[in-house]
Amino acid sequence: MNVIEVSELTKKFGSFTAVDHISFDVKEGEIFGFLGANGAGKTTAIQMLCGISNPTSGKGTVAGYDIFKENEQIKHNIGYMSQKFSLYEDLKVWENIRLFAGIYGMNDKEIKENTRRLLKQLDFESERDTMVASLPLGWKQKLAFSIAIFHTPKIVFLDEPTGGVDPTARRQFWEMILDAAYKGITVFVTTHYMDEAEYCDRVSIMVDGRIDALDTPHNLKQQSQAQNMDEVFRKLARKAKRIN
Amino acid sequence: MSQFNAFVQKEFYHIFRDKRTLLIILGMPIVQMLLFGFAMNMEVTHIRTAVFDPSPDQSTTQITRRIEANPYFDVVGQVHSEEEVNNLMRQGAIDLAVIYESGFHRNIVHSGEAQIQFIADASDPNRGTVATNYVTGILAGYQQEMMQLQTIPFHINPETRMLYNPQMESAYLFVPGIMGLILMIICTMMTSVSIVREQEQGTMEVLLASPLKPVTVLMAKTIPYTVLSAINVASILLLSFFVLNVPIRGNFLLLLFVCLLYILLSLTLGLLISTLVKKQLDAVLVSGIGLMMPTLVLSGMIFPIGNMPLVLQWSSYFVPARWFITAVRKIMIEGQGIMTVLPEIGILLGMTVFLAVLSILNTKKRLA
Repeated sequence: MNVIEVSELTKKFGSFTAVDHISFDVKEGEIFGFLGANGAGKTTAIQMLCGISNPTSGKGTVAGYDIFKENEQIKHNIGYMSQKFSLYEDLKVWENIRLFAGIYGMNDKEIKENTRRLLKQLDFESERDTMVASLPLGWKQKLAFSIAIFHTPKIVFLDEPTGGVDPTARRQFWEMILDAAYKGITVFVTTHYMDEAEYCDRVSIMVDGRIDALDTPHNLKQQSQAQNMDEVFRKLARKAKRIN
Repeated sequence: MSQFNAFVQKEFYHIFRDKRTLLIILGMPIVQMLLFGFAMNMEVTHIRTAVFDPSPDQSTTQITRRIEANPYFDVVGQVHSEEEVNNLMRQGAIDLAVIYESGFHRNIVHSGEAQIQFIADASDPNRGTVATNYVTGILAGYQQEMMQLQTIPFHINPETRMLYNPQMESAYLFVPGIMGLILMIICTMMTSVSIVREQEQGTMEVLLASPLKPVTVLMAKTIPYTVLSAINVASILLLSFFVLNVPIRGNFLLLLFVCLLYILLSLTLGLLISTLVKKQLDAVLVSGIGLMMPTLVLSGMIFPIGNMPLVLQWSSYFVPARWFITAVRKIMIEGQGIMTVLPEIGILLGMTVFLAVLSILNTKKRLA
């Protein structure tokens, strides 16, 4: 079953085509990697899927809802983690959890229960009342992700979730992603770290607004006769005209 | 030494490449000089005068003619009752009224004494005092000349009444002004900064991707500042009433309504500014400094608008604070009712709607 279906999706800003007629599907429970260099159009694409911006043309459904007409329903069924980790620095850990949980319609009892469980799971119980501003970057990242899936959405969109974090923290973060996928949440993640692509079920590579490759990491490596995803990417990205 | 030079050069680059701050640093002194230079005209001119002459005779017509001839006075016409005088004062159509007693000249000839009354609008105490001083001077000049011509000494007794502000308190003048300035700066600046901060922090994206409606976000953002502003209005009014002895002569509820309307306008303006700037710093600059200057100078809170060159007078029509201050003065100091402040309310309402529409259009453009 496809949780995301996109056909000829395009976004133009004046004469500049940020996203150029992309088409792809994402299966339920998949970890789908949306790769590409900086400026390739990944963030713009994800914004269209989340209902943050309107496509210039094309069609798409997310969680079964049309991205043009059923924006509202899409938003209830997805989670989103932005590049900047999207937490309120001057709110406490539990206050951030409660805020976003409330926005997604969870009632007080549910929030209390799930907060307790989450803090225990993350070993965060001692940080319950800490201002987010005082948390180290790796912990903010884990918290932001946990909040994004707190309301158990069908799909969670992660926009460059591991930017600026050290390799160990990145690996731990991906363990959390794998855990979420195991629980049935579809993960749509954009990144420009090619080694993370190895963790994905399928991967698409965007170059200059178009999708130049879409397959499992294994197949892509075979096709490009590459040792790893990094090499695959470099072979494709060499053709890129947009340098950012 | 070149180490030092390199660093100085870098600092200059910082300044010159930040065009907006540069504009303020270099432009503000010029704008201030011009605005203050031209707007600050404390001279009292165009004293609109009405004359009530129940029994015109050679003395009264002479005195009136001298007033007419004086360049500081604009005699707008003759009235025929004290009630007319009061009406014109209340409407703000005249600054001064000259009232002769009946049989003025006859009294001078028979008893050597005559009464004349000067009633001045002292909402602006400076204007009121100067107006009465000028006209008393004209009267004294007439007296002196006549005394030299005639052998019988006579005395004209001027009775002066300062309306609306008998003790000539300047607090009456600036309390409405302060309210206008503070409410505008706090509401506009705080709202615009708050919205832009979400964008800068990156949390705006998350909110947009969530089921939260944009309208909900905006209303939630403006409510705390409305509450805070209401508290500010209360503290200003309390202080001015109990400590500065400024009266609240008109309908208190009407006053609160006007304040609320103005707060709403300022919040909407903050909203509009947030759609135009990207950084918190810019929001502060535009709504704090950018708004403060015109509001201070053109709203009539310090400098009388009537004295400014026409260009600035027309510009002041666009300053919301101007209408707010006029309405508040009418209600607080002059004790006027809702009918007289209807134009101001209408204009403030219209401005709010206009700003709201602009903000919505801008936001739609952004999202598309």
